[in-house]
Amino acid sequence: MQYSSIHEWITFTDLMSNPYVPFDTYNLPFDIGYRLWEILGGLIAWLVNLIWPGNPISIWLVDEQVLVLFGLILFMVIIFLVAFVVCLLVLWMERKVMGRMMDRRGTMIGLKGFMQCVGDGFKTFMKENTIPTKVDKMTYIWCVSLIVGLSCLVACMIPLSYRWYVVDYDSGLLIIMAFFALAPFLILVSGWAQNNKYSLIGGMRAAELMISYEVPMLIIIATVSLMAGSFNIGDIIYFQNEHLWNIVPMCIGAVVFFACAVAEAERVPFDIAEAEAELVEGWQTEYAGMKWGLIMLGDYLRGTVSCGMFTILFLGGWTLPFIGDASQWAYLPIPELVFLLKNFLVFFFMILTRCALARVRTDQILNIGWKVFMPLAVVNLMIVVLLKDGGVF
Amino acid sequence: MTDSIVPIKEIEENMEKMDTDKMWVIMGPQHPFSHGLWTLKVQLDGEIVTDAEPIVGYLHRGWEKETENREYPKIIPMADRLCYAASMTYTHLYCMTVEKALGIDIPEKAKYIRIVADEVCRIQSHLMWLAAVGTDLGNLTVFLWCMREREYFLDLNVKLCGARMTTNYPRIGGVRNDTTDLFDRDILRTVDRFEKALWDIIYLIDDSSIFVSRMKGISILTREQVANVGLTGPAMRGCGVDFDIRRDDPYDNYDKVDFEVPVLTAGDSYSRYMIRVEEMFQSCDIIRQAVQKVKALGKNAPYRIKTPSKVPAGTTFTRLEDPRGESLMYLVSDGTDRPWRLKVRSPIFVNVSSAKLQSVGTRIADVPAVLAQIDMCLGETDR
Repeated sequence: MQYSSIHEWITFTDLMSNPYVPFDTYNLPFDIGYRLWEILGGLIAWLVNLIWPGNPISIWLVDEQVLVLFGLILFMVIIFLVAFVVCLLVLWMERKVMGRMMDRRGTMIGLKGFMQCVGDGFKTFMKENTIPTKVDKMTYIWCVSLIVGLSCLVACMIPLSYRWYVVDYDSGLLIIMAFFALAPFLILVSGWAQNNKYSLIGGMRAAELMISYEVPMLIIIATVSLMAGSFNIGDIIYFQNEHLWNIVPMCIGAVVFFACAVAEAERVPFDIAEAEAELVEGWQTEYAGMKWGLIMLGDYLRGTVSCGMFTILFLGGWTLPFIGDASQWAYLPIPELVFLLKNFLVFFFMILTRCALARVRTDQILNIGWKVFMPLAVVNLMIVVLLKDGGVF
Repeated sequence: MTDSIVPIKEIEENMEKMDTDKMWVIMGPQHPFSHGLWTLKVQLDGEIVTDAEPIVGYLHRGWEKETENREYPKIIPMADRLCYAASMTYTHLYCMTVEKALGIDIPEKAKYIRIVADEVCRIQSHLMWLAAVGTDLGNLTVFLWCMREREYFLDLNVKLCGARMTTNYPRIGGVRNDTTDLFDRDILRTVDRFEKALWDIIYLIDDSSIFVSRMKGISILTREQVANVGLTGPAMRGCGVDFDIRRDDPYDNYDKVDFEVPVLTAGDSYSRYMIRVEEMFQSCDIIRQAVQKVKALGKNAPYRIKTPSKVPAGTTFTRLEDPRGESLMYLVSDGTDRPWRLKVRSPIFVNVSSAKLQSVGTRIADVPAVLAQIDMCLGETDR
């Protein structure tokens, strides 16, 4: 392909006509990345071509495969940036709503307090990178990277709409849950690596917490997929759009899943791994500066993922009654906004729980997990089986 | 393949041989649960506390020795600094001790004003305790709501004597100044408002099964244990001991106001919590009555009498119901204008020695929640 002017480059070409595009259906962030690289790469190619006409770099840059390659890189950046901004918004929302609940103002710096999040990020970034002498250095550092990396991965894998996704597997839900459940193992390892009694107890508690909520949570996920007949996130959402949001027939499951999601995100009342009253900061005790900042980022990313899972499983994802996924107005970002607003609504309830409740004890959460959540999850499963069997859905 | 699988029998044998060690965790001196500078060493078997040892003394500043070099009136502001949350009661106690040594009786009005000031102090001290309970159980809302309510009572302190916490208000022979204009109106408004607001906080805590389950049935103390360890104050009354110095050994005019002493027999952490909350309501009642009495005495009634600067030689002993327990001062005077010895018995110094009794058998997660019921204040503990 030879382009004679920049004008030809910025004129849009059909994305799906490129045979190397890795997506089967239209993908919005990839489209944005692709177009961005068309402009940027085309500009570079055109400029280089002006100086040395017919040079191989220009020809390489405008190759269809190279377009897809750089388009994918920009696609990843866009997906992460959106997840990151959503995480910051959630953090800001938590501070403001908690402030209002507690009769104070919350953060007040810039844009109704939003800039405080940015400022805090910079603050942790500027701090000295301290590593205690007695920790197991490699594990200590790698655990942060792995926890944050896993959280980012999971946060990016939550689709915002039918066109804003990373993978569209038939087992998408299972993959997300698998990555989501990996973090407690790393917390256990990191608690051990820090050579600190508080961290050790905190790490053990993370494991204790996990065995109490993971099973009912997976039962509910299985129930939802039984209801929709698929593990594909899109299928689950369009099933709810066709019939009824899952929160109506599965109201018991929704409550249990909400509690499990709070536990998964390690928030009050289930933040026993970092119970600051007795364990200073739990498994994060020895982390300071940017490492701690990254861990907090990971925490909030996992919080958004929990909300996203709740939205997908129970609140009909990016669909709304009567307008569906709004594909008739495809030029408007309606489905993405609908999904994010539902996310924020769920997170709002998480904040209310945090404000109103105290932290439970470790033996209490085991009791709650196995004696309350587990039977309720099974009851929920039975209701769904009856509904399916009775031909309601 | 078979090499990698260890036979179950072998594992069981190893488990018996395995020496699971108990672990000492040192909580403090800088730890979120120790409200102040003190250390609690706890021995853990897994998560269960098997032994505990409180270590206090980081804040020792020679208070008792320092008083020996000061004239009697100059010790009043120092008595404020014994505990910033209960400054009014400590100053009151000190003034009462010296008055008893001098053998004088102070005016009626001063007695009632001291009662008002004491009960305001008790409510704000209890509110700070409730705030600490909130954070120790992992809830910040309780903390901030209590601190908000406490501000109104600190404002009352400002209205009465111009200072928020270290008030320096009682004097030997009365109080420093009469109640200011409209003080009675303000205090009644504050108390009425507070009783409603306190119900909000109680609903937040007692209607939440998590809060209640964290406190109910935990660290049960019997009457005998309480007597042996010397626990006093609300914690003692939560364990079934019906004793309150305000009622049983009344000082000032506490025998002329009508109030009830809440007592619960359960002896667990929750009943100790309930006692303090109920005490705040009782304090509101006392304040209402005492303010009426002050008003009835009229504007021109004396509130302070002149006292000699030299105290006759002898020993005096006074005790008073502090928000935290029974505080006591023992004065040995030698006829000069300075005390020869002034001994303070701080309730917390004794109460904290029950830390082992309270925390053994609970889990480490309960340690802050249980020891919050002591209501630590290090200023008076270490003196």
